Formats: sequence, C-alpha cells, structure tokens
Amino acid sequence: MSDIISGLRVTVATMAICVAGYTLVILGFAQAVTPATANGSLITHEDGTVIGSRLIAQSFTSPEYIWPRPSAVDYDAAGAGGSNLSPANPELAARAEALIADHGGAADNRPIPADLVTASGAGLDPHITLSGALFQSGRVAEARGVDPMAVRSVIDRMAARPGGVFTQSRIVNVLELNLALDAELPSIAEAE
Amino acid sequence: MEHVFIVFLIIGGTALLSWPLGAYMKRVMDPVPGQPDRWTSVFTRIGGASDEQGWKSYLVTMLVFNAIMFTVTFSILALQQFLPLNPDGMGPHDPTLVFNTAASFTTNTNLQHYSGEASMSYLSQLAGLMWLQFVSAATGIAALAALARGIAGRATLGNFLLDVQRASFLVLLPVAVVVAVIMVLGGMPMTLQGSAVATTLEGVTQTIARGPVAAFLTIKQLGTNGGGFFGPNATHPLENPSFWTNGLAMIAIILIPMACVWMFGGIIGRMKHASVIFAVMALFILVKISGSVAFESAPTPAFAELPVSTESGNLEGKELRFGATGGPLWAVLTTSTSNGSVGAMHDSLNPLTGLMPMAGMWLNATFGGVGVGMINMFLYIIVAVFVAGMMVGRTPEYLGHRIEAKEVRLAILALFSHAFLILGGTALFAATSLGQSTVQEMGAHGFSEILYEFTSAAANNGSGFEGLGDGTAAWNIATGIVMLLGRFLPIILPLAIVGSLMTKRRAAESAGTLGVEDATFGTMLAITVVIFGALTFLPAAALGPLAEHFSLP
Repeated sequence: MSDIISGLRVTVATMAICVAGYTLVILGFAQAVTPATANGSLITHEDGTVIGSRLIAQSFTSPEYIWPRPSAVDYDAAGAGGSNLSPANPELAARAEALIADHGGAADNRPIPADLVTASGAGLDPHITLSGALFQSGRVAEARGVDPMAVRSVIDRMAARPGGVFTQSRIVNVLELNLALDAELPSIAEAE
Repeated sequence: MEHVFIVFLIIGGTALLSWPLGAYMKRVMDPVPGQPDRWTSVFTRIGGASDEQGWKSYLVTMLVFNAIMFTVTFSILALQQFLPLNPDGMGPHDPTLVFNTAASFTTNTNLQHYSGEASMSYLSQLAGLMWLQFVSAATGIAALAALARGIAGRATLGNFLLDVQRASFLVLLPVAVVVAVIMVLGGMPMTLQGSAVATTLEGVTQTIARGPVAAFLTIKQLGTNGGGFFGPNATHPLENPSFWTNGLAMIAIILIPMACVWMFGGIIGRMKHASVIFAVMALFILVKISGSVAFESAPTPAFAELPVSTESGNLEGKELRFGATGGPLWAVLTTSTSNGSVGAMHDSLNPLTGLMPMAGMWLNATFGGVGVGMINMFLYIIVAVFVAGMMVGRTPEYLGHRIEAKEVRLAILALFSHAFLILGGTALFAATSLGQSTVQEMGAHGFSEILYEFTSAAANNGSGFEGLGDGTAAWNIATGIVMLLGRFLPIILPLAIVGSLMTKRRAAESAGTLGVEDATFGTMLAITVVIFGALTFLPAAALGPLAEHFSLP
C-alpha cells in the first residue's frame, strides 16, 4: 500500500518535471530562437498562404516541374509511410517500369537514377539526387521553352552535399528547385 | 571510405563521450553510502520513502510503479477523445490497441501498431507516451544500479523509488535538454499548433502534420525507447530533418547504453572488467555494422532486369539526406540497443542486411537497452564463468561470488525465455492464419516478417518489418504479452541471482580464480554469446532471411 502511494507521488513529480517542465522549456526555446523551423519549415507566398514545407515532398506531375521521388502514400503529410515492399517484390519492378515510362524512358546506356524509382521511408523525401534532377532537365526545358543549359545550371547551383565533407553525392530540394525555376526561368507560354 | 569514416566517428565519438557520462551516472545513481546527499533528501521527500531494500522488496516496488505507469497511460490513451491538447480532433482507439501500446511503452519497447500523426492527440503523445519514455528508461537504469550493488557485495540493493528519480531527474532529463536544444537548432519542429494546410505549386491541398517533435524524439532516442512521433519514425523529414540531426540521433541511441557499462564498472569498483565487457559489445556491434553496410550497397534486386542505375545501392525505404551510410548504420544501432526507432524501412532492406537487425535483437546485449542491456550481458557472464569453471575443474567464481547450480539455472531460464518467446510465438503465428493472413507475401519473406515482429517484441525493441499487417487483435494481444514477459523476466531473474549470491559468503580471490579483466575472459564471453545467443536462432534465420537471399534471381 505504501508502495502505491509513494509510486503515485513519484508519478506526479515525473509528470510535472519530465513532461510539463521539459516540454515547456524546449517549446519556449524553439519558439523564441527558431520559430520558422519549429513550426514546420513552412514556405509561404508573400500574402502568407502556405505553399508547403521545405522538408516535405509535394506532388509534381506537370512537365515543366522537376518531379520528386515516388511516394507510397501519395505525399500524404498527415499519414506518412513507406512501401515496405521486400526488395525483390515484383510490385517494385512494376512501379519502376511505370515511372520509367512517365519519365520518357531509359536505356542501358542512359539508366534512370535509382532514387527516381524508389519510394523513401516516409514517402515525403524532399530531395532527389543531382543526377535525378539532371535526368529530368531536358523535359523541363522543353516544357518551359527555355535553354536546357539554363535549367541545368539552376539545378547545379541548388545541389549540395547533405553532410558536407562527410558525403560524396549531391542532392537537391525539389520544392526549392521548382520555386527557383519559376522565378528565374518562367515558362515562355506563361509569359505571353 | 565515406562509410568507414562515419562509422568511426559515430561509434568512436560516442564511446569517448560515454566514459565521462558513465562516471557521472555512477556518482549520481550511487552516492557514497552513509554520506548525506542533497538530492537523496529531496527525492526522499518527493517519494516519501528511502528505506534500504533487499532484492524482493526492491522488485515489488519496481513492479508496483510499473503497474502505475501502465494504468496511467492506458487511461490517457483510452480517454484521449475527451481530454485536452487535441487540436486535430483524434478519436478513440481500439481497446486491444490501447493495451498493446500501454504495454509497449511501459516495457521500453515502443512497438507501434498505430501511426502517431494519424491517431494520437498531443496529450497522449506527451503525458502518456513521452512520460513512459522517461520512466521506463529510468526503471532500466535503476535495475542495473541495484544489480551492481548486489554484485559489489552491499547488504542491500538500495531504494527503487530513489533510483528511478535519480535516473529520471539527474541522468535522462539533463542529457535530454541538451540534446533536444541541439535538435531544435538542427531544424526540428517543436510546436503545439495543429496541422498546417498548404496549397502546393500545382494547386493540390496538402495537410502537413507537425507537433512537439523535438522533445519527444530526444527522449525516444536517449532512453532506447524508439517510438516515433510520426508513423514512419525517424525517416520522416520532420522527425529527422538533416544529415546532422541523423548523426546526433545515432549518437543519442547508443550513448546511455554505452555509459551504463561504465556505471556498472564504477559501482562494482572494477573498471578493467567493464572495459573487457565494453570491448566485447563493441566488437559485436562493429561486425554487424560491417555486414549491414556491405549488404545494403547491393542494388535493389527487383530492378535486376530494368535500366536503373546501380550506383547508389538499395534506396527503397531510404532517405537521401542521410547519405549512403545512414540507413544501414542506423538499422544496426537501433537493434543492438533495444531502441527500435528506424532511419530506413527495415522490411525493404536486402535480405542479408535484414538479418543484422534480427541478430542484434536475438543477442540483445551488445550494449542493449538502457540498464537492461548490461543486465542481459550479466546473464551471459554467469554462463561463461560457469562453463570456464567446468573446463578447468574449479568451483566457478565471479568476483568472489560462488556460481552454483541455482544461479546458472536462473540465468539459463532467463536466456531461454527470450528464445522461447520469439520462436514459440513465431511458430504459432507462422503455422496458423493468425500470422499467415497478415504477411505481405507468403514464403521466406513473410516468415521473416513474423519472426521479426516477435523478435522485436521479446527484445523490447519496437522496430518492425512494417509490411506486416500487425494491427489485428491477435497481434496486439500476443505481442503485448510477449513484451511484458520479455521485459520483466530478464529483470526479475537476474535480481534473483544476485539475491542468491548475497546470501553466500564471498571467497577471497586467489591466483586460481578466473580473471575477468583480460582477453581470455573477453574471448570466453564472446564465444558464449555466439553459442547461446546466436546458434539458438540459426534455424529460424535459415528459414527466413537466408532462404530469401538464396532464392534471389
């Protein structure tokens, strides 16, 4: 009996300090020091309406945009998840074949980068590889009616190593890249 | 090269950090007996108890406190639709899911048969689940401190409620504040606002779940809990925004399990012995990491016939921002400790890579869960000392304690119960529709999914092959029971061993006593771990991951 009463007293104390106190300290720090990232790294228009989060992939299907990696949850940021398919599952091959067709085909001498045909763990990976972006640059340039070299140079500028010297491959944030493309290389059709 | 460098930095760096932390933990968890201590008097007033306890009394208090933990969280989860801090209006849960989740977080497992952002209110996440992430980890550290006091030859094991407060307030809380602040600076969300609604560049509406992630995530890692704020855990970009948060999270996963070995050494006063144990654990973890990184650099087998670039290895279920090492390295760290958070989807790992996490959970002592990993290693030590004693024909002794049939029987029972829970559960579910109707595909991979789920539950890990449809009442109840037995048997039985040792007179160590501070002992211990821990599971491994690997085209 005394164990129960003492246990309840420790329950109250740990709830007060480790849950309420700890949460409020970290919450206060985050909202004071890094409010932008603390609220989800949102990207907004000038009028304040939200375009998305720089950390969360969103769907792109028009030819003038760079497309993200496929998502097992159709980019549902309120119900994220991976395909969880075993690596030899034929569904993976079927999905890859469909994606290769969407991307205008690939060949043994021009293989599609693996990230463009594999879903990430949460289905919300905001990045693709540099080669994954360059693979799509021709389509984007054609749809926008702009010089392919200009598209490639924007991609090259936006690509970075995620871990600095600790990582070899460069990746690029798809939403930020598309915003840059819209700003710098607006579609000729739209401009008219 | 990239791989070697990162592994070296994470493992080596954390090992260095664990030394001072271990010394600190020894100091605060085990203040010098008899000397007045400021914190002890504070905690005595909070709990209203400070009596020195024998092993049975210590265990009873622990079990009562864990029953309170279970009851409180069960109530919060069951009533969340009526409680505050629920901006997204989350509804009620299925009762078997509430049982499973409360058992899961009480036992430090954090197996999740729900998806946080889709079904948990912020109150459930913080007061129900995050609270248990503190106090269940503190329970593990307390149990190890008690075990070590018994081995050190003290008359009593200390006081559980003092220990659990010391571990919560003096160990977990300060480290969590430091790590959470860095995570916030690294771009992690920390807000009580509900979901954001965005209109994408192509005009689609996207609802973006967020929440008090940084606080939750930090204690999830430090306490080897592993339960994610979001369904896909640390693969979710808001739960792990960058390469750097990923690195820090991996350090947080193994830091306290490593420091626990030093704390153990400090309390028993044998740091050299602790170094040998640490080296054996580190050796196993490095072997598993090498295997995992190497096997995962092979491309996705499903694409063998397609024009897909093979340069980047198997990317299904992986995030690009963590680099090539992130996924496979995390998979080993999270399962060598009993953490269970995931940085890549384990179900989509290449078959032999998937074997590494399973092996980690089968052994469950290569650093292992906070506190309990070292307790599991203590069981292997008892067996190793006994076998060594038999080999040289002397009465086996461990640090002057005579190891006799009773202690060995209890140790074997604890080790056997782990195997029995995994293999018994797997056999039942693999042979019947209970499991067969829930696997993604029949055959070797489906068997692996069932095997992994029971392994994870028994090892109190919590990761999963998530292609498994584990949201059924049968899975909820079966894994709930396995988690409870898998948690408490390996705490009760070792404390019983220590209780038995404490009743005997200690022998003086002589030249003929088995040394526990040299490479011979380390080798003996490693062999024992391989034979008892790994070989038990070899047939199951052959039916699952190995069969799948050899059937690849």
